[in-house]
Amino acid sequence: MSIKILFEMFPIALMFASPIIIAALGGLFSERSGVVNIALEGIMMVGAFSAATVTVLLEESTVLAPWLGLAASLVAGIVFSLLHAVASVNMRADQTISGTALNILAGGLTVYLCQIIFRQQRTRAFSNGIQKVTVPLLEKIPVLGRMFFIENYPTFFLAIFLVFFTWILVYKTPFGLRLRSCGEHPQAAASMGINVAWMRYFGVMASGALAGLAGGIMVLTADIQYTLVTIHGTGFIALASLVFGKWNPFGVLGAGLFFGFSTALSFYAKDITFLASLPGEFFYALPYVLTIVALVVFAGKSVGPKAAGQIYDSGRR
Amino acid sequence: MTKRREKILLPLLAVLLGFILGSLIVIATGRSPVAMFAAMVKGFSGLDIINDVPWNTRYIGEFVINAMPIILTGLAFAFASRTGLFSIGAEGQLMVGSLAATAVALLVQAPRFIHLPLVLMASILAGALWGAVPGFLKARFNVHEVTVSIMMNYIALHLNNFVILNIFGSQDKVKTAFFPETALLKSPFLQSITRGSRLNWGFIPVILALVVFSFIINKTTFGYSLRAVGYNKDASRYAGMKVNRNIVLSMMIAGAFAGLAGSVITVGTFNFGRAMSAAEGYGFDGIAVALVGGNEASGILFAGMLFGMLKSAQPLMQSQGIPREIAGIIQASIVLFVAMRYGIKMLLERFKKQQAVTADGDRA
Repeated sequence: MSIKILFEMFPIALMFASPIIIAALGGLFSERSGVVNIALEGIMMVGAFSAATVTVLLEESTVLAPWLGLAASLVAGIVFSLLHAVASVNMRADQTISGTALNILAGGLTVYLCQIIFRQQRTRAFSNGIQKVTVPLLEKIPVLGRMFFIENYPTFFLAIFLVFFTWILVYKTPFGLRLRSCGEHPQAAASMGINVAWMRYFGVMASGALAGLAGGIMVLTADIQYTLVTIHGTGFIALASLVFGKWNPFGVLGAGLFFGFSTALSFYAKDITFLASLPGEFFYALPYVLTIVALVVFAGKSVGPKAAGQIYDSGRR
Repeated sequence: MTKRREKILLPLLAVLLGFILGSLIVIATGRSPVAMFAAMVKGFSGLDIINDVPWNTRYIGEFVINAMPIILTGLAFAFASRTGLFSIGAEGQLMVGSLAATAVALLVQAPRFIHLPLVLMASILAGALWGAVPGFLKARFNVHEVTVSIMMNYIALHLNNFVILNIFGSQDKVKTAFFPETALLKSPFLQSITRGSRLNWGFIPVILALVVFSFIINKTTFGYSLRAVGYNKDASRYAGMKVNRNIVLSMMIAGAFAGLAGSVITVGTFNFGRAMSAAEGYGFDGIAVALVGGNEASGILFAGMLFGMLKSAQPLMQSQGIPREIAGIIQASIVLFVAMRYGIKMLLERFKKQQAVTADGDRA
């Protein structure tokens, strides 16, 4: 594989990596607060639908339409994730089942609304999604400039910013310590005067905001419209990235990049001699195979929040 | 409430709430809930309660067709669930089952009484093997079965498409050649009594599967040890049960049910193998079926018929101007309400207590 192809792969790999990283950060907030959120996939679908719809409806009146679409995806993600918060915090639901319900609901609801708004099973195609940018000055840096700063989606910089932001908030502030304590031992946290229910609401809503945003980014960079298969399992890959990245923001960044490149490989396989003979389906399946491999390799070594997935019972010791 | 009554009443309440929520969404988006319910009635009985058209038994046949695979995927989810495993893998197991059925149907030449059982066996085996992967990884490496089984679904999809398109060489990039008659569950008799629906002998393996499920879980030592692992893994290990072996076997048997669903669709509903752009959701339907059915054979049968009715009502709703996806929305809200059943129970009990207090107050 020539170096040139590797450089060419960067924009596409980063395009796929960004939503994975951002959604996985969402999962991090939720699981650190003690709520398992397998609804990331569904929340991404809702976010993608909202972003695409707002973009299509506003693009004739303003050039900022895709960015308003992203804002919409964030808000829609929060609202949708509230269902999961109510179910798992107030109604003592099994978090995996409630998450599964949200995943099914997202598929039904988004296409239902497409039919109501656009009279077809997908949104109308938008003419412009988020545009690639070249960062002045930084593009001149040797090697790094070519990788990250020429013709890349700005959403990748947003992902990097969110990684640092999450790291500081979760690991360097008293609030972050409180949040994490709710995911490790909620009864002990409660005894220190922390409102576990409130913290878990925050965790789930943050995951809704980030996963919604991730869905919006995905549809506005990698697609031309929202359909039922726009997200095609990216939320689940984000969930795997969280395990793979050991519930740590920088681990998540690394895992997200790994999956981004494995997805990009399918686009460039035909240019790489020893891969060209393999069928396309092999590369479509590759990210999912690699996810399993990564989970096996890192299983046992990765330790998640202890109380994640447990219903909070204030009477237990 | 007694345990037994609770087990039946709470899911029924969830179903009721799901239908209410669905109706509210239909009303909020300016469509008629009456037309929706009429579509549902017609979907399973063929009776039209709005228009004066003759009874059409074809709908009954199509309703059974829709219920069969999701009863099987429901059994698959429930079986793993009884061992304390949460398997979302029925979708992929169904797909490899369908692929195996396609392969045997196209490659083997034999009389029907040999060919058809071979097709069914192949799909069962393929499903079991696909289920064994997350089971083994869970038992050996403690990798969570939810994530692995989801990934296996996507791998199954692309494997299916690769084999259908490249090995069985389809002309139109969608389907294979038609299967020989000897591989099909088709029955001209069943078709004739349901006015040309796609009804077929598939309901026989489905009924057998329900019986087998119930027998293994309730009547065998093996089933008992599976349930024991589901209740308490560590206690079962100390009692000398082979926990890891049980996990793998449970996932394999669950996969076998889902695999069978693949052949019921492929050589029953259809008569050719298909390449697909996305999964068709039978796996998720199965989760809903199992949860509403309380992970028991009889409950799964009823829940399967309920959601089968929703599925067969979909095209009717669409023709009435109600987006067909409302069925999925109702199904998802039912699952959500089933998941919330402890909370709902708490609310009901609080409500009862309050009523009791006010009643006492009235007396005084």
